[in-house]
Amino acid sequence: MWSPTECSKCLRKNPSNMMTDLLGLSILELCYIGASITFILGLKMLSSPDKARKGNLIAGYGMGLAIIATILFKEELTADKWLNYTLILAGLIIGTVIGTRMALKVKMTAMPQMVSFFNGMGGACAAVISLVEFDHLRHGQETESGMLLVILLGLIIGSVSFSGSIVAYGKLEGKIGDKALPAGQFINIALLILLFGLATWMVVVGCSEMSFIYALLFASLLYGVLFVMPIGGADMPVVISLLNSFTGMAAAFGGFLYGNQAMLTGGILVGSAGTILTVLMCTAMNRSLTNVIIGSFGGGSNSSSGKEGSQETVKEISVTDAAILLAYANKVSVVPGYGLAVAQAQHTVHNLEKILEEKGVELTYAIHPVAGRMPGHMNVLLAEADVPYPKLLEMEDANDSMNSVDVVLVIGANDVVNPAAENDPNSPIFGMPIIKVWNAKNVIVLKRSMGKGYAGIENELFFHPKNRMLFGDAKDSLEKLIAEVKNL
Amino acid sequence: MEELLSLFYENREFIFLIIVSVFLGIEVISNVPAVLHTPLMSGANAIHGVVIIGSIIIMLQADPSNYYALILGFLAVILGTLNVVGGFVVTNRMLEMFKKKSK
Repeated sequence: MWSPTECSKCLRKNPSNMMTDLLGLSILELCYIGASITFILGLKMLSSPDKARKGNLIAGYGMGLAIIATILFKEELTADKWLNYTLILAGLIIGTVIGTRMALKVKMTAMPQMVSFFNGMGGACAAVISLVEFDHLRHGQETESGMLLVILLGLIIGSVSFSGSIVAYGKLEGKIGDKALPAGQFINIALLILLFGLATWMVVVGCSEMSFIYALLFASLLYGVLFVMPIGGADMPVVISLLNSFTGMAAAFGGFLYGNQAMLTGGILVGSAGTILTVLMCTAMNRSLTNVIIGSFGGGSNSSSGKEGSQETVKEISVTDAAILLAYANKVSVVPGYGLAVAQAQHTVHNLEKILEEKGVELTYAIHPVAGRMPGHMNVLLAEADVPYPKLLEMEDANDSMNSVDVVLVIGANDVVNPAAENDPNSPIFGMPIIKVWNAKNVIVLKRSMGKGYAGIENELFFHPKNRMLFGDAKDSLEKLIAEVKNL
Repeated sequence: MEELLSLFYENREFIFLIIVSVFLGIEVISNVPAVLHTPLMSGANAIHGVVIIGSIIIMLQADPSNYYALILGFLAVILGTLNVVGGFVVTNRMLEMFKKKSK
């Protein structure tokens, strides 16, 4: 079960090969140590903009090293297992080809769901490993309860991570809507108790029936679906990050099972780093993790209904007027949101920035921590369009200087500029830090229609005296604005 | 009970390693700027793809006549590779853009 005993076993088996076996196993362990170091360094370097790319590559090389070393040195290579080796290579090639193609083809706007999908694959891998090891354990002479415990935990966490990630993927792709079962929370808690009750019973009794493990697998998959289903789309990044750390834990259980240090360190690092990242994201939205998981978003139909009675008027602005306002401003601030990403307008907005700058306008971007679909998502998109770093202001800095801004251009953002977060305690987003655009002299909101934001609530900002709306597709409107500004 | 105790004792070094790694994981990413949250999550996602080693071990140890293990192991290798390769390539694509900008 553990490498030292394994080593002595194989030494007994073939004494003449003693030196080569010891050499191979030592090389293997060295490679695992090396891989663990690259994982730590990689994560560390991913935290700084200059070294991030190098960090990712280093961790990738470490992973490659660990995989190759496992194939070569883990077991004595024998001719009668040719089928096994062929299947390993075939699996690696198939996975590499499909994975690379998917990763290269995906649009920048669809990154979050891609991460969720790959995360689900890792979870599924951990669950399948548990299935095989359970069968393996079943055929052994005696059932070790410790091993069984580790296998079952790996199965539960891996399956929940898999089905949860796939639901999150579907939601972000827009294929699955937000559906909350009546009394869904009770069903979830009951299912969770059932899951752990069944697992505990199996460990205590030493159950080795295949039907029970399939029941456990099914219940775990179901739990993953029910767990993510009622959570609103706006909270998906937090959920993906949480599921990411789940898969890390599932990988760590695998490491425990095989006494494999690389799997252990890699899995635990991601498990703990992922949990912290989840908490950081929650803090950015001023919500607690339990709030995200239990309180489903946008479900409060009675919360903002009071506003609907007072039908205030929304003022529209023409493209020409907007262009004049922008061209003669001293300071312009752009608040980008997911609408900008959907319209693929990041390059267009950069063009507008260049033209306005030629006219002596100072333009900055105010980035809300959760603008887009994930923290940092908007920065990635604007980076793609070559917008220089110093122009991207974080929310606090943007709010501090908002009084001196002449025109704020809100492009496809909604919830992150909704004053309800400050003054409507009944609103589901109450307490979320927002960009206070109404402190500027003028606000122009570029929006497709009067539709609601991702959180599904009204935005009072649209009725604010300082605000005017420019309806239409973000990219379209921006292109018209550029043409108008050029003509001035 | 006795078995759980022996599980703990036999694996005390692993448990030690787990605890140290938990704190290391927290420490390593605690200073990450918000800009890098998405790439970091994606990079971490690729790293937990290390679970693929488990699937390779299954395949190496499986008896060539045990089709249950071979088929599921093969599936696990594909799933794990998707996680590893897809994860690293996506992260690299995200970070490529940061590099372009900083020049």
